[in-house]
Amino acid sequence: MSGSFLKSDQNNERLETVAFDILRPVRINRSFILWLIFLFVALAFCLYAYSIQLRKGLIVTGLRDYTSWGMYIANFVFFVASSLVGMLISSVFGLIGVSWIKPVARIAEIIAIAFAAVAGLVIISDMGRPERLPYVFMYGRVQSPIVWDVTVVTTYFVLSLLLWFFPLIPDLAIAKTRFIDRPVFLIKVYKILSFKWVHHAEQYKILAKAVRILLILIIPTALAIHTVTSWLFAVTPRAGWDSTIFGPYFVSGAFVSGTAALIIAMYFFRVNYKLHKYITEDHFEKIARIMVLVSIVYIYFNLNEFLVPAYKMKKFDAIHLKELFTGRYALLFWGIQIIGLVLPVILLLFRKMRKPFPLLLISVSVLACSWLKRLVIVVPPQSHPYLPVQDVPSGWLVYKPTLTETAITLASVILVLIIITLLSKLFPVIPIWEIAAEDEKKEIEQDGKIL
Amino acid sequence: MGEKNKKRKSENSELEKILESSRRDFIKKAGLSGAAIIAGAAAIYSGFRHEKAKHPGNTIKVLTEDNRLVEVPVDQVKGYKPGLKVFQTRGREGIKGKKWVMVVDLSRCRNARKCIAACQGAHHLRPYEYHINTLVMQESENTPAYFMPKPCQHCDNPPCVSVCPVDATFKRQDGNVLIDNQRCIGCRFCMAACPYSARMFHWQEPKDATAVSGTEYNIELNVPQKRGTISKCLFSADRLRENMLPYCVSACPNGVYYFGDENEDAVTNGTTKETVSFKELLKKNGAYRLMSELGTRPRVYYLPPKNRLFEFEEPEKEQKI
Repeated sequence: MSGSFLKSDQNNERLETVAFDILRPVRINRSFILWLIFLFVALAFCLYAYSIQLRKGLIVTGLRDYTSWGMYIANFVFFVASSLVGMLISSVFGLIGVSWIKPVARIAEIIAIAFAAVAGLVIISDMGRPERLPYVFMYGRVQSPIVWDVTVVTTYFVLSLLLWFFPLIPDLAIAKTRFIDRPVFLIKVYKILSFKWVHHAEQYKILAKAVRILLILIIPTALAIHTVTSWLFAVTPRAGWDSTIFGPYFVSGAFVSGTAALIIAMYFFRVNYKLHKYITEDHFEKIARIMVLVSIVYIYFNLNEFLVPAYKMKKFDAIHLKELFTGRYALLFWGIQIIGLVLPVILLLFRKMRKPFPLLLISVSVLACSWLKRLVIVVPPQSHPYLPVQDVPSGWLVYKPTLTETAITLASVILVLIIITLLSKLFPVIPIWEIAAEDEKKEIEQDGKIL
Repeated sequence: MGEKNKKRKSENSELEKILESSRRDFIKKAGLSGAAIIAGAAAIYSGFRHEKAKHPGNTIKVLTEDNRLVEVPVDQVKGYKPGLKVFQTRGREGIKGKKWVMVVDLSRCRNARKCIAACQGAHHLRPYEYHINTLVMQESENTPAYFMPKPCQHCDNPPCVSVCPVDATFKRQDGNVLIDNQRCIGCRFCMAACPYSARMFHWQEPKDATAVSGTEYNIELNVPQKRGTISKCLFSADRLRENMLPYCVSACPNGVYYFGDENEDAVTNGTTKETVSFKELLKKNGAYRLMSELGTRPRVYYLPPKNRLFEFEEPEKEQKI
């Protein structure tokens, strides 16, 4: 985030072309309206399912006394995990000065905002008495990891929102003068949100400083949200959750699912918004390498998480691990580990697989497996408590998610899509001024070399 | 000298004058106040007569909340029905000076399941909703099977209380771990944290929900139960307040349970009503606590199932719902 900007706004051809290309998809067209209608209708159906749950209680889910956390909590963990990509791309790579991430950094931020925002709602769907949510703030106890989680997730959401919005301000100023054929309300929104930005050098200096502070703040916050989420499990004395490496295990897994989500979004925007010039094959090549890196780190933590207790086979660890390795969850467990983790790493060693389309397919399977992995982390340790499960209805012994529960979970996914759609369709998805400035910088460098 | 005497004399006469006037004043005032006293006394007396007529001498000695013995006229005594606020305050504090403990003698349990029924009746639970359940336990192939009643262990280091985000479940000064279903948000973190699977959740409308809907919520009984909240064994805190043994303890036909106060070092058998030394009982029988390696420090102690007077019988399938 350099403080520099093009000297003149009007007479810069490069800025004009960049602005034209990036602002072209920012409009309210028919396909956008239709897509939104589709999303909202689907959401309405799913919210009907939630109304059933509100009326009848959590009995409509597959949850019962022994497996009392299921799909909702797994989905929550998945959402928190996926939102971590904003921190990885923007902060970690941004702060160490990796410049190629600029065109995709805002996409990563949008993903972070959408997932972090909806993660909070997912938790509410799991509550037996959702109307008592304010109690968490009124009677919150500092000892409870839930209170920590609520604190850090909301903090992360706000920071991500600011990190998305601050660099957007100059773009809004650039866009408002070029939005002749757009709806009046959109121009008005742009005018209000751009805060009379005049592209003054001083403004860019302040902006750079503010963004830098956010980038630094977001790193510990992001680590905190997923570490604390892992502690929801790790602080309990249950075999399978009772692990000291749950924090880094979750964080490293989060980078895998977040990167997969980012790749899918990148592919979508590149093709649908015709941004081939900005999100290039080279970007996919590089993000694929990142995917390999984070996957290998995650495999390392998986080895620690499963191999070490498997070596000792302590009584209850053994029951849990046998269920995963050879028992009821074996197919799911090995499927996830192989299709979602080991195979992608092997495939991505080949250059051909790092092309956009193959990479998209790999990312979709990685993302799906990431979701299922959260289910495997959440559910199996509950089905084998220390004391035997006896004298309960047979349906309680195996957790089977119901249709209602699935629909409610689907509602959260739809909400994520709605947020991503709105943020990426009503606002430029690639930072205009940063790209233009970057191009100019490159040109100057090249000129210098030639001279 | 003469002058001096003269002066003194005149001073004396002046003093006399003053005294004379104050004496007169005094008699006047005394007369007035005397009359007032008589009138007042008469008024008080008549009032006393009046009050006496109202309460013809019958008083009763009552112990106040702060342990003072006072006398109250019988007809001034009103029946006391504690409201929600009292239930909540005293329910959260617990009973002063007590440290409740339970001792379960596994050598006597033959799975009569009367404890479960009594508990479910008192707390309005369905047959498969447990505050206490009797489990069939077997350590390994070579060790014998036995029945183990499992209430909440009322840990002194309760994992459930630590994780509760809203102080809905809490530890009282008398050792009991209770749940406030007026506060519980239904996150079920406590269920996840409890290694003894001692907690249950109201996934649906509780049993008898409409029948007890009017009654005031008693935190020590956790009735009326509430949908979307946790319920659990309370060591029958409502019965302890009335100096009675817990529902399960009194219902046992086989003398399995001892219950009492650790501070007094006395536990009473629910069946035989025999009171013994708590420490003596543990010492003589080699008592242990469930999964003490977890550091939860339970308040429920178990006596090992040795020297049983009966054969272990595998429970019938029907019981297993």
